[in-house]
Amino acid sequence: MSVGERDPLTGHMTTGHEWNGIKELNTPVPWPVWFFLIATALFGIVYWVLMPAWPTGRSYTKGLLGADARSAVTEKVKQAQLERSEWTRRIAGLDYAAIQADPQLMQAVRERGHVLFGDNCAACHGANAKGGPGYPDLADTDWLWGGTPDAIAHTIAYGVNSGHPEGRVSQMLAFGRDQILTNDQVLAVTDYVRSLSDPAVAKRAARSVAAGKAVFDANCTVCHGDDGRGSQALGAPNLTDKAWIFGGDISAIYTSIHNGRQGQMPAWNERLSDTDRKILTLYVLDRAVAK
Amino acid sequence: MVSELTVAERERAMGITGLLALCGMIMAIGGSNDPLGVHGFIVLLFAVAMLFVVASGYFAPEPPESRLQSYYDSPTKAGIVIAMVWAVFGMFIGDWVAWLLAYPELTFDAAWASFGRLRPVHTTGVIFAFGGNALIATSFHVMQRTSRARMPDQFSPWFVLMGYNLFCILAISGYFIGITQSKEYAEPEWYADVWLVIVWVTYFILYIRTLMRRKEPHIYVANWYYLAFILVVAILHIVNGLAVPVSFLSAKSYSLFSGVQDAMTQWWYGHNAVAFFLTAGFLGMLYYYLPKRAERPIYSYRMSIVGFWGITFFYMWAGSHHLHFTALPQWVQTLGMTFSLTLLVPSWIAAANALLTLNGAWDKVRDDATLRFMMIAAVFYGLSTFEGSFMAIRAVNSLSHYTDWTVGHVHAGALGWVAMIIFGAFYATVPSLWKRKRMYSPALVEVHFWLALAGTLVYVFAMWNSGIIQGLMWRTYTESGTLAYSFTDTLVAMHPYYIARAVGGLLFLLGAIVGCYNIWMTIRHDAEAPRATGQETPLPAAPAPSLQPAE
Ligand code: HEM
Ligand code: HEM
Repeated sequence: MSVGERDPLTGHMTTGHEWNGIKELNTPVPWPVWFFLIATALFGIVYWVLMPAWPTGRSYTKGLLGADARSAVTEKVKQAQLERSEWTRRIAGLDYAAIQADPQLMQAVRERGHVLFGDNCAACHGANAKGGPGYPDLADTDWLWGGTPDAIAHTIAYGVNSGHPEGRVSQMLAFGRDQILTNDQVLAVTDYVRSLSDPAVAKRAARSVAAGKAVFDANCTVCHGDDGRGSQALGAPNLTDKAWIFGGDISAIYTSIHNGRQGQMPAWNERLSDTDRKILTLYVLDRAVAK
Repeated sequence: MVSELTVAERERAMGITGLLALCGMIMAIGGSNDPLGVHGFIVLLFAVAMLFVVASGYFAPEPPESRLQSYYDSPTKAGIVIAMVWAVFGMFIGDWVAWLLAYPELTFDAAWASFGRLRPVHTTGVIFAFGGNALIATSFHVMQRTSRARMPDQFSPWFVLMGYNLFCILAISGYFIGITQSKEYAEPEWYADVWLVIVWVTYFILYIRTLMRRKEPHIYVANWYYLAFILVVAILHIVNGLAVPVSFLSAKSYSLFSGVQDAMTQWWYGHNAVAFFLTAGFLGMLYYYLPKRAERPIYSYRMSIVGFWGITFFYMWAGSHHLHFTALPQWVQTLGMTFSLTLLVPSWIAAANALLTLNGAWDKVRDDATLRFMMIAAVFYGLSTFEGSFMAIRAVNSLSHYTDWTVGHVHAGALGWVAMIIFGAFYATVPSLWKRKRMYSPALVEVHFWLALAGTLVYVFAMWNSGIIQGLMWRTYTESGTLAYSFTDTLVAMHPYYIARAVGGLLFLLGAIVGCYNIWMTIRHDAEAPRATGQETPLPAAPAPSLQPAE
């Protein structure tokens, strides 16, 4: 049978087995191994005694501490709601002006609003609320549907082109694609629209701008107004300023006129509570600064 | 390679590949209105390619009897090469996914290139394709050496290796075209699962048959681990894969389990896949290649026993720590947590046994990057098991769960332990398998080592930071009792770490490419005289001079 030999380095005996040159020492298991095995096992047993641990058919051992994660969480959530209700109740009850006048409440609005906006609105309007192609800038005071708290609250609750019966509807026709206007007319009115915010265009392309004005007067003033300043009742944007939702260069404006625009915002009345929507309204107003 | 098979085995190979081609044809035609049809074509193509290979050597003369006097290593050689190819593929996708997380817009407008499809391609590519091939290849090598017996036949190892790779191809190509069971690490659909069962049972029987032919009175520890790996993975795979196909001509199936039972079955599988695929198999590798390379006896046979049985027993209970704070009843979570803590002890026994074996060989660790790979692997094994047991504590898990901390833990294990031990084992085996004195370039082994170590450290530290920041931001409240940060705030905070991780991963990938080149050049390089030092114990019947060179 196999005979062990002494390893000169460690002084331990080998087991006498050998596999393709590999031998094994018969070193005893060091005491810390047993110590930690027993310690962790003891910890386990104590934990089992204290906490829910082993199944017993239809039930389980409940543990001496009577701990129950589910009811603990329910309790915690209730407690947290209670603590928050101190200020959420006041926000729900007071009118906008009163809240805006209360620095403490506005602090809560900013904190809660930041997360609400980040988790729900930032995907379209951007984390800084400055919007992006297709989504309006909320950080300025240039409002499409009006800048009163009630107007903003309404947009948040029911959305734009959202399909909700209370929702705001704004449909710009596809003047080019649907052949309401010829391509030349679309080009001309594109120049005219550019000239409204950029006098240089008026000078450079006077003929086209003049032709475009005629097209504009016949087709666009219903919504955008005689002067092109838009209408908050219809959600038609002001075309005379430098704020553009879909871009202000020639090809973006051409595309808007040719294909029309039906931007969408979802209705939030069933996703966010009344208080949360109120906080968002206040938060958006608080952030908006005049340009 | 076909000429190494006996004529009877060639006939068997012909028959089985023919049968496979037939299956492929039926799947392709029957499932022509279903993604299954695509897989039918892939199976058919694979089978036809194999038929050509078999036919190319079909009429070669019967291999000489003298082959029985040496170990059968061709499947090991093939497995090593295939594993390295998968390594580069899987890690390339991993790094792609890493850049995608940092810059989500860097993608094609194509379904196959979406994060949700690439991610399982990465995990399957590295764990099953790279890791699995490495395990199969080295297990063939180790079981013969430690049993001092040649494998009982030449066909089964090829069937296992090629069959397994067909499974990998089906799995990975399936994700690209949207076939998935959506169980993490068990994504392949029912027909691929059934195929794997056939392959795996063959593997198990082959291992047992070889062990039964052994000339050594005792079975070496490495074999216990490899066997545990093969046996338990079979059980896990079969139970978790139980599903009812929508029809036999459809790729889609539904799990036999539902709700929280399904979740528990999945994570019983998932955690034991970590235990028996990513741990037990690789411990087998460690237990053979490390003492061999260090030329030192295993520190303690007794620790091997305690470690082995501890690991096999305790892991089975720990799966529920993946489902802390979910719909899973609390008592199951308690059991998962307490057993995870006890599990640390046998895990550290295995790591310590490896590191103590290096006593008296630390000068070699210093000089030899191959041995250093294995040493670092043992260290990372110890580290990731400590981390795992820590994360299994419910209070800790409430911070770490769903965060990048988990991803950091995974890659401390995957890069630091799994990949490092594979590279070490490969560098130790390749020269001897191809009868070279040493690797083509020891300097490149050194380069690979430092790239791998740097990549791992950058990756893991980045994810620790990212994960803990993420977890803390999720639970930070303001004075008014509301959450302080939005989800996007956490993404902004994690962004720099995502870039760092992608860079770390790139280093690791570069290392693997260097390794491929080095192995390839070693194979291509002209044979030199075998290394003189060290001896491989002869097969009993073999006359001494015909021995294989030692590694
Ligand atoms: C070049 C090296 C690698 C890079 C860059 C890399 C990158 C990644 C990335 C970006 C993810 C997704 C993380 C997420 O969803 O947040 C991931 C997941 C994963 N990787 Fe890797 N990886 C690499 C190597 C490996 C290796 C070698 C293995 C295994 C042997 C591995 C195993 C995994 C696993 C298991 C997951 C899933 C983790 C989870 O679900 O928690 N990776 N990897
Ligand atoms: C004592 C040993 C270990 C314990 C107790 C342990 C424990 C854990 C825990 C608690 C998690 C997080 C679960 C969650 O919050 O979702 C986890 C995740 C994971 N661990 Fe370990 N771990 C151990 C060793 C390892 C090793 C050696 C590896 C191998 C490479 C590994 C691979 C993984 C993987 C891949 C995941 C991610 C699973 C997923 O996709 O969610 N673990 N482990």
